[in-house]
Parts: sequence; structure tokens; C-alpha cells
Amino acid sequence: MTEKLRFRNPEMAKHVAEKIKAIAPKEENVKICHVCGTHEWTITHFGIRSLLPNNVEVIAGPGCPVCIVPASEIDEAIQLTSKDVTVTCFGDVLRVPGSATSLLDAKAEGADVRVVYSVADAVRMAKEEPRRDFAFFAVGFETTSPSTAVEILAKPPKNLCFLVSHHLIPPAMKLLVEMEDLDLNGFIAPGHASTIIGLKPYEVFVKQYGMPTVVAGFEPLDVLFGIYMILKQMHAHEPRLENEYVRAVRWEGNVRAQEVMHRIFDVVDGNWRGLGLIPSSKFTLKKEFAAYDAHRKHGVKVEHGVDIHYGCRCHLVVVGKIKPTECPLFLKACTPHKPIGACMVSSEGTCRIWARTANIDPDASN
Amino acid sequence: MLMNMCLAIPAKIMSVKADTAQVDFGEGVLREVNVALVKVNVGDYVLVHAGYAIQVLDEKEALETLRLWNDILNVQTDEK
Repeated sequence: MTEKLRFRNPEMAKHVAEKIKAIAPKEENVKICHVCGTHEWTITHFGIRSLLPNNVEVIAGPGCPVCIVPASEIDEAIQLTSKDVTVTCFGDVLRVPGSATSLLDAKAEGADVRVVYSVADAVRMAKEEPRRDFAFFAVGFETTSPSTAVEILAKPPKNLCFLVSHHLIPPAMKLLVEMEDLDLNGFIAPGHASTIIGLKPYEVFVKQYGMPTVVAGFEPLDVLFGIYMILKQMHAHEPRLENEYVRAVRWEGNVRAQEVMHRIFDVVDGNWRGLGLIPSSKFTLKKEFAAYDAHRKHGVKVEHGVDIHYGCRCHLVVVGKIKPTECPLFLKACTPHKPIGACMVSSEGTCRIWARTANIDPDASN
Repeated sequence: MLMNMCLAIPAKIMSVKADTAQVDFGEGVLREVNVALVKVNVGDYVLVHAGYAIQVLDEKEALETLRLWNDILNVQTDEK
């Protein structure tokens, strides 16, 4: 706790805010993008945007792994339940809308859908009930993929299969940087995904696009210093790749975790809700582990789903083109009680975080 | 149950047996986490995500961060 308090010193925050004001360009607008739901939480919860000059904007990119799961994959998970397979998933996934219904709707209608804290829980359940078929809905970015890979490498019981929806962050960042109308000036790279992948995958943003890129931690001061480091690079006209989160992120990342992931998964083009197909942005099981593939084992496959329902603007929120408050459904038709879009469902979704800050989220624990 | 999908929480390793460790999240209650992805010793601090330790925290680097922050704030630069 004492460490946390030191990383949250309000006096120091004021001081950094002053430095940011001093170094920020006076005329032109600056748009900095982060790609992590936890960064958005820190920024919103601690009011970091209010400490920045008016012309410095921080936008939230596709940093919520639950929000970008395409509806077709939710539909596939629901199809699994109709084949009498027990689907295990993280709590956040439960209410994400599929084309017509969610896993929660399926559960209400009698499907066996169980919330787990980790993939290890799914393995344990499959061992305890050997006569029942289980599937683990493996959602998450690089932070979560190694845990799925570790369990598959350890040869889980044959009655457990995997619906893999592990997406990769750097290819999505590449999509953002190439969106001309987004006009980004810098990236705050995600701290915890970077503990796994290290810094090297971000080099391309500096070398090819001249984009200042800083890996930052999740305390309010981490984020403020991340913003300051980006502005300082802009001021010096020297875009670089820097690591603010040195206490957790090494240049090479977690090599052991990378090895395990590459042992189990191949990289393929992947669908992202609201963003479409992004080249080389998703993990799939390697051929030798195909016996654990839910598609193959239970014959489920949905090619196209309805990602964005009528009126929903999640596809614009997820790339930071609009703020949640600019969506006509936000806190009117679409609420934490009754979400329409995926961004309102997950605790890391931008709309849900903004709703939580407005103190109307019934599940808010902070 | 909600969990933040890219949040990882620091914990102290209290004991290790093969790929399983007992850790303390600072609340005095010991919990079991999988440490197959990291090389740890008793007393190390790790970041835990969804039941798996994903990285060992570096105490020296944590102190270095604080020192760097102070340096940035104390040194008057010519940026104005």
C-alpha cells in the first residue's frame, strides 16, 4: 500500500501537470491514444483529462478485449451450449451481445454457462465432471493468452476444448495509426500486455510512422508521466520508444510466456467487432492441438454476425472517434443495466467506465 | 463476478511448489496462483493476472522510477 501511495502523490501530480502545460504545443491540437481499458479507468477515475491543456486530448482505442470479440464468436459459444456443451467464460463476456442474444440470455433459457476466474477453473471443472463436455471461451489480449497456452501445453482432459478469441494489440495499433481521419500524435502503449510482449513490437510505430510511443503503468502518476514523455518527444521532434513502466516491463518481455504462446498458437487474420478484419491480429490453435479446437470438435462455425445493432456507435467509440457522451444511446437506451453495445458491457469498456464515473453503475465497486 | 481483463495485481510469493505458489495480495490472506510463466523465489513480488503470475516486479526499478520522476520534476529544463 505504501508503494501505491507514493505512486499517487497529489503534489507530484500537480507538478507534472504544470510541466505538461509548459511543454505542450500552444497552437496545434495533440491527440494521444491509449489502448487499454485499465488506462481508461485510471484516466477517468482520477480526472486526468481535467489536468491537461484544452488542446491535449487523450482518446481510448480498442483496449477492451471483451468489447472487440465479434458477435459471430458469441454466436458460436451459444451454439456450443445448444450442443449440450458447458461453456466456461470470464464474467465480463457473459452479457456481450451476439447477433441476437448473449450468453447470459442463453443461460437464462437453461444453457449451462459458468463464469470462471481463470482457465484453471475450467480445467478443474472438466476433471471433476469427466462425462460432461466443456469449452473454455478464451478471450483476452497478450496478457491473458499465455495462461490459456500453459493449460493446453499441460494437456488438459479430453472433455475440455477451447473457443480461442485471443487478439493481438500491436496490429490494432497499426490500424489506428493508419486511419488518416484519426490523426494521432502519440501512443500510450498498454503496460500489462507489454509485460508479456516487451517493447520490440512497438518499434514499427516510431520507425515507420514517427509516432512517439511510451509504455506506461496504471497509477495516475504513471499515466501523467507517460503523457509528459510523449509531449517532450514531440517538443524535441524526436519520436522514440520509451518505457515508463520499468518496474514491470522489460525490453524483451516475458520470454517464457512468448515461447509457450508460440508453441500453441499460430497468428492469423482476425475479426474485431466494429473494426473488421485486421491482418495477423489473432491467435488460433496450431494444427497439432486441433483436437482441442471447439470449432472442429463440435462442428460450430458462424461466418458473419451482427456486430453493431441499430443506433449503436460502439464502432466509433472503440477507436476513439467519438466519446461515449456523443452516442445518442449513451445512458438513455444503453445503460449498464441494459447494455446495447459491447462497450457498455465489460468493466473495461469505455462506455461502461464513463457510466461508472457518472455514478450510475450498480456494479461499481470503486 | 467482474474482472479487468488487462489488469494485473502485485502479490508477494510466500511459498512455491512446482508451478503453484501461495501469494499474499497484501490483505493477509494466502491465495494460490500458477507460476509456470515466471521464475520466482519466495519473497519476490509478481504481477498476477487471472490466476497466473505474468511477470516478476523489480523493486530496484520501482525505486528507480520514483527517482526518475523526481529528477524530471526537479531539474529545470529550457522547455519554456
